[in-house]
Amino acid sequence: MTRLRLQALSKAYPSVLANDRVDLEVTPGEIHAILGENGAGKSTLVKMIYGVTQPSSGKIFWEGSETRIDNPAHARRLGIGMVFQHFSLFETLTVAENALLSMPPGTDISGLAAQIREVSEHYGLPIDPDRYIHDLSVGEQQRVEIIRCLLQKPRLLIMDEPTSVLSPQAARKLFDTLRTISQEGCSILYISHKLDEIQALCDTATILRAGRVTGHCHPANETPASLAQMMIGQNLEAPAHRPAQTEGEVRLAVKELRQEKAHAFGTSLENISFEIRSGEILGIAGVSGNGQNELLGLLSGEMLAKNPASIELMQAPVGRLSADLRRRIGLCYVPEDRLGKGAVPSMSLIENALLTATDRLGFKNKGFLNFEKAAGFARQCIRQFNVKTKDEHAVAASLSGGNLQKFIVGRELLQDPKVFICAQPTWGVDVGAAAFLRQSILALRDKGAAVLVVSEELDELFEISDRIAVMARGRLSPVRRLSETNTEEIGLWMSGLWPDLTEDHHAQA
Amino acid sequence: MLRLETRPEPSQRMRYLSPLIAVSLTVVSGLMIFIALGVDPQKGFEAFFINPMKDLYGLTELLLKATPLMLCALGLSIGFRANVWNIGAEGQFIAGAIAATGVALYLGQWSILTLVLMMLAGMIGGGLWASIAAFLKTRFNTNEILVSLMLVYIAELLVSWVVFGPWKDPQGFNFPQTKMFEEAALLPILIEGTRLNLAFTFAIGLLIAGYLLMVRSHLGFKMRVAGEAPDAARYAGFSAKTMVWIGLLSGGACAGLAGMAEVSGPMGQLTDKVGSGYGFAAIIVAFVGRLNPIGIFFASFLMALFYIGGEQAQQYLALPSSISKVFQGMLLFYLLATDVLIRFRIRNL
Repeated sequence: MTRLRLQALSKAYPSVLANDRVDLEVTPGEIHAILGENGAGKSTLVKMIYGVTQPSSGKIFWEGSETRIDNPAHARRLGIGMVFQHFSLFETLTVAENALLSMPPGTDISGLAAQIREVSEHYGLPIDPDRYIHDLSVGEQQRVEIIRCLLQKPRLLIMDEPTSVLSPQAARKLFDTLRTISQEGCSILYISHKLDEIQALCDTATILRAGRVTGHCHPANETPASLAQMMIGQNLEAPAHRPAQTEGEVRLAVKELRQEKAHAFGTSLENISFEIRSGEILGIAGVSGNGQNELLGLLSGEMLAKNPASIELMQAPVGRLSADLRRRIGLCYVPEDRLGKGAVPSMSLIENALLTATDRLGFKNKGFLNFEKAAGFARQCIRQFNVKTKDEHAVAASLSGGNLQKFIVGRELLQDPKVFICAQPTWGVDVGAAAFLRQSILALRDKGAAVLVVSEELDELFEISDRIAVMARGRLSPVRRLSETNTEEIGLWMSGLWPDLTEDHHAQA
Repeated sequence: MLRLETRPEPSQRMRYLSPLIAVSLTVVSGLMIFIALGVDPQKGFEAFFINPMKDLYGLTELLLKATPLMLCALGLSIGFRANVWNIGAEGQFIAGAIAATGVALYLGQWSILTLVLMMLAGMIGGGLWASIAAFLKTRFNTNEILVSLMLVYIAELLVSWVVFGPWKDPQGFNFPQTKMFEEAALLPILIEGTRLNLAFTFAIGLLIAGYLLMVRSHLGFKMRVAGEAPDAARYAGFSAKTMVWIGLLSGGACAGLAGMAEVSGPMGQLTDKVGSGYGFAAIIVAFVGRLNPIGIFFASFLMALFYIGGEQAQQYLALPSSISKVFQGMLLFYLLATDVLIRFRIRNL
């Protein structure tokens, strides 16, 4: 008997058909991957299975009988658990208290704490039930979510992009846990767009493209290329990474930058120093929430540093200059958050071009804006970066995440920056467009720009960086040339363990 | 159960039509209120909406009433677009009237120069009053809605104090008012035989300037970004504090100028009743006008009609004076209701 079977499941939203007659079958104890690019309809599909939304048509069979799953509580009663990409934990409560919230009323908390210890030991998910959530790392918080699901003894566990917050080592540990869970008969639906993970972990896979199933397969029998072919419908080409051409002048220098955290859940920065020269790309790896936002805020000028000399842009101290003044000197920046920060949702692409390009490209005359010039620039951006949109008058909110990202990256790159900072350049962008964006960033570097890329994707950083460092708990690791390190070492450093900086200096001296 | 569901894309056409729908619904409800009060709806409609526009004098009276509304609403909309919620135009209006009156009383004989000084004093007075809210907001992060609103009551007490105390007209039979201004301190009349004065041309000029500022200038663009997406404004490097200052100061200066025009125009003196609710009515005007200077022009005309129509209804139909306020309230209510339906649709679950 199959545990879960979907038959011609469809979900239509007012403007888009998110899932189109999807069929899928999961047997007990099977680890089944749902593979697809961002926007392929993976999330919509599992939301229907977990009862968050209702299908427009089609049938769900749970353990053989047709079932209508009304809401997540109903799904949990049926034996379906889900770990979301974004956690739903109360930061000010302990692990046990958070778990208690999803248990039936009247559950005893001390008994529950014992149960949590037992489950965490059994599955290799070490966690102390009495610790507060805000003290935990993101990886530990994910363990809490998983344990919370396991306490309900689920027969199907849905994991939504679980490794996006983990270092490679932590991801491998998670896979061991998931294998243990599946060996005990619990089926797992594993959602991801990372081909190597799916090959390492999953027994079977269903591949989605634009809401439709494009293939069922056994990942072990496939190659990454054949999986990518099914996922994006075309072959992939990795950008040719030519090593940095010249050792140019230092364009961005950070010297002993420190900053107290602004709020209880922020990260304090400790003594951060690095330099980026003309014509090179520095990659900063690390799990989000380790001070990257604080560092990017200080570099871009959204937050001001205490000491003006702690940040030097084109040899000038800029620590106390506002973002627009730094942009005039030549700093362009793509923030992690596109809609609401990188672009104003309710404004047209023309107005969003005006947002950052007005001063650098002269879209104004005596204080008045030149909308024609800005419209021309927006059209150029749409054309060169292959942004799929109605036209330049479309509002930013009407673009898909990937297309908006292409527009924003394009807007910043076309301003011919001297220093370019980019956070998560390819989050939510489909594989083809991601390759194009990386290629564009490399082209900018070859024109002599100094580039800083902050990303959670190690593969991406190893693809485009010339030098690489790791950020953990508000500190920056030593910077390594790409040829002198590997993903293993960088992954290890992501937990904050790296050789002492001073020793390193001695070693070099 | 009914539930509101976000529309995929709000209709741009309905955004501009919704004020008209709100006006129509207000008129229809108004007629129903007339019937409920035992007034012939046709007569009521005539008294309220037709009589004030019957002749040139009536029209100039409407424009006279609309002038302070235009000025206040324009100033407020500059701030509202940047999410700066100045609710205290009434107080800034009074502060401007007091400052202008000071000039009129002590420097009242210098003809043109007196008027110029009074206008400056009005704008500075209103601006200073608003700057209290701006300072507290930027320095201590206080809520400008509360501060600007509370400052209205302080301004009302302040004006009472000056007209009951130091500036009371010695020949005024103890009425709370200043002496009448000298000729040189009065705004020139535009059309002979009416009360419409120069302030109307200033209001039109400022509406045009406001349009250029809000729609065409870089500063206006920055303020819109600050209003619609504060994070994007921070990312682009637009200073939030600057936006608060500009929003509140422009609101204060415009309201102060309106206060000056009131004492230097139809009133010719300062009394404790100088406020008469223009500053609050202007909030409705700003929203009915879609925070757009062209819309504000028409909306202030409409609001003036409610004021004068209400007076007419009192005189000829013996309706209570609060009828104007009822119309104002209904208009805002219907506007907010139609606006909700632009962004959301109702689903029956």
